[in-house]
Amino acid sequence: MKTPDQDRQRRVDAKASFAKRSGEHGVGWLAVSPALLLLVGLLFGPAAAVVLFSLTDWQLGSFTFHFIGVANFRALFTDPTFWKALTNTLVYAAIVVPGTVLLGLVVALLIEASPGLRGFYRAAHFLPVMSTMSAMAIVWGTMLHPTIGLVNRGLGAVGISGVNWLRDERTALLALALIGIWQGLGFAMVLFVSGLKAVPQQLYDAAAIDGADGVLDRLRFVTLPMLGPVTMFVVILTAKRSFEVFDSVRVLTQGGPNYASEVLLHRLYTESFDFLRMGYGAALTVIYLAIIVLLTLTQARLLERRVHYS
Amino acid sequence: MAEIELRRIEKSYGETAVVKGVSLSIRDGEFLTLVGPSGCGKSTLLRIIAGLEAQDSGEVMVAGRCVDDKRPKERDVAMVFQSYALYPHLSVFDNVALPLRTRRLSFAQRLPFVGRAVPGRGGIEKVIRAEVEQAASMLDIAHLLHRKPGQLSGGQRQRVALGRAMVRHPAVFLMDEPLSNLDAKLRVQMRAEITALHRRLGVTFVYVTHDQAEAMTMSDRVAVMTAGELLQVGQPEQLYRDPQDLRVAEMIGSPKINVVSCDHWISLGASLPPGIDGNTTHLAFRPEAVGIAASGDRRLNGVVTSVENLGSDIFLNVALADGCGAVVVRTHPDISRSEPGRPVGLQIDPASLLQFDGAGMRLRQAEQVEAAA
Repeated sequence: MKTPDQDRQRRVDAKASFAKRSGEHGVGWLAVSPALLLLVGLLFGPAAAVVLFSLTDWQLGSFTFHFIGVANFRALFTDPTFWKALTNTLVYAAIVVPGTVLLGLVVALLIEASPGLRGFYRAAHFLPVMSTMSAMAIVWGTMLHPTIGLVNRGLGAVGISGVNWLRDERTALLALALIGIWQGLGFAMVLFVSGLKAVPQQLYDAAAIDGADGVLDRLRFVTLPMLGPVTMFVVILTAKRSFEVFDSVRVLTQGGPNYASEVLLHRLYTESFDFLRMGYGAALTVIYLAIIVLLTLTQARLLERRVHYS
Repeated sequence: MAEIELRRIEKSYGETAVVKGVSLSIRDGEFLTLVGPSGCGKSTLLRIIAGLEAQDSGEVMVAGRCVDDKRPKERDVAMVFQSYALYPHLSVFDNVALPLRTRRLSFAQRLPFVGRAVPGRGGIEKVIRAEVEQAASMLDIAHLLHRKPGQLSGGQRQRVALGRAMVRHPAVFLMDEPLSNLDAKLRVQMRAEITALHRRLGVTFVYVTHDQAEAMTMSDRVAVMTAGELLQVGQPEQLYRDPQDLRVAEMIGSPKINVVSCDHWISLGASLPPGIDGNTTHLAFRPEAVGIAASGDRRLNGVVTSVENLGSDIFLNVALADGCGAVVVRTHPDISRSEPGRPVGLQIDPASLLQFDGAGMRLRQAEQVEAAA
């Protein structure tokens, strides 16, 4: 709908631009140029370069390359390792995203419900977020060590014989996913806590009077709906982060054993910098970027419609 | 049948006492308004009646039964909030239906998705639908049932909140400043609609507001609160004509009642009215109890500072001499043609002078005591 104000503004704008169109354009471009340069230099440029490289057979260190069309992509799609990495990444995300969101929410609810030591619990859960993943991965590596690790010792103490978590094809990816949840939990929790603080008390009062005063009813009719926008944000962020998983894989398993924990970003790194096949790695990057963009767009579209009520 | 009885209700938050021993009887079917400045404890008192807040001591009786250990939903009360407090993710229909569903459907029947398959739900839902539609048509929101609260105007949201409150026929309606988020015109309209609703439903209404005009126009009786204490309870015209406390006199009525201290009265050279109580420190009179005359000896004199013409009435603001305060005079446009700067004398009807002592308590002359008794 057009308001009279907008109409008037438009007429004013039209007149002004007619009078000094050329001059104003120059100033406009000048004003956006720093941001534009940074965007082109740091985002669009490299992305275009990657697309270009993906069509070549360039190897790192080589001074020449040839355009080979879509041969890299063809090779990629027939490479079982790529499919393995893609499936593993999806499985990893399918564990980490719901795990982080649910646990983050539960921890946030528990922290908000308990009057004492709130600050301590918040800080304790937030610590992993601020630590360096590669350093923490080494700690986890020690913890998960088959003989001297804390995990297997603890299991042994209650009579369960643990497996070699990171060297077993059945558990390597799961162990990495659990570490991923551990790391992302604090961030989700902090976002949920801030979301909980914004829920108006009058809604809880109304629910109490309407008879929706049980824990589950309060969650269903007030807390969860009001946390909708925060949840959407946490889901998108966690999904993006789980597609980016790399540090823990590189440090702990290198994608093994037998590609059981191979993921997209680690595959990309291995192809490009271990095998120096930059063209092939670039093709992988293009696929990876496409997935990330697609993921963000669909999630935003789907969830946006359901969580904003006005 | 639901009369409400409050017995010596006390409530404090930490060191701050918010409600200080309030006792109040609300009759069955009565429209009682709690009015007072913000922070006087009126909302807290309402929340204590609702069961949303627990009193530190004292008793709340509804329909002759003590409800202190009852949860809000068991007290047979409904509440309308200032912010409406509608569930933003539910349609208007689901908002209004919720209090019925939580009470009539079993836990299994209320489960999302699978609840539909539980036997017996269909029949109950049909009854609920009919009742929601009836309430909605009564409030003129039947055409909005499929919308979400975010798509409604403030007035429409207010009606939905009313619908959610009345749909299950509670014995008591509690309203916490329900009109203060509406614009002035709509507020006047909703005022009339809420009183009409009260007449129609015939149940007890307890209404909290800081707006004395709402209290005066809507209520059967008004309870005036200040700083956690109940000052006076009475019919609106009784509070206006016969306030027991200077704070009540000042809160009720617009423009505010004129208050002149006896010291100023004397220092201005005006003669105190005959038969005045020796303990009187302040004299108060309503703007309509003053007439404009020529300035002269033995009466309050001042200068007109501004003139407000409302069409039907004219309010003259008169500054008393020597900085002894100001007085508002309400006159008819035909009578007075004063302009700012003009010196005037005030002619006060002695019968309508109210006397207050140093603590703000009303002092009555002998004949007034008889009249009041």
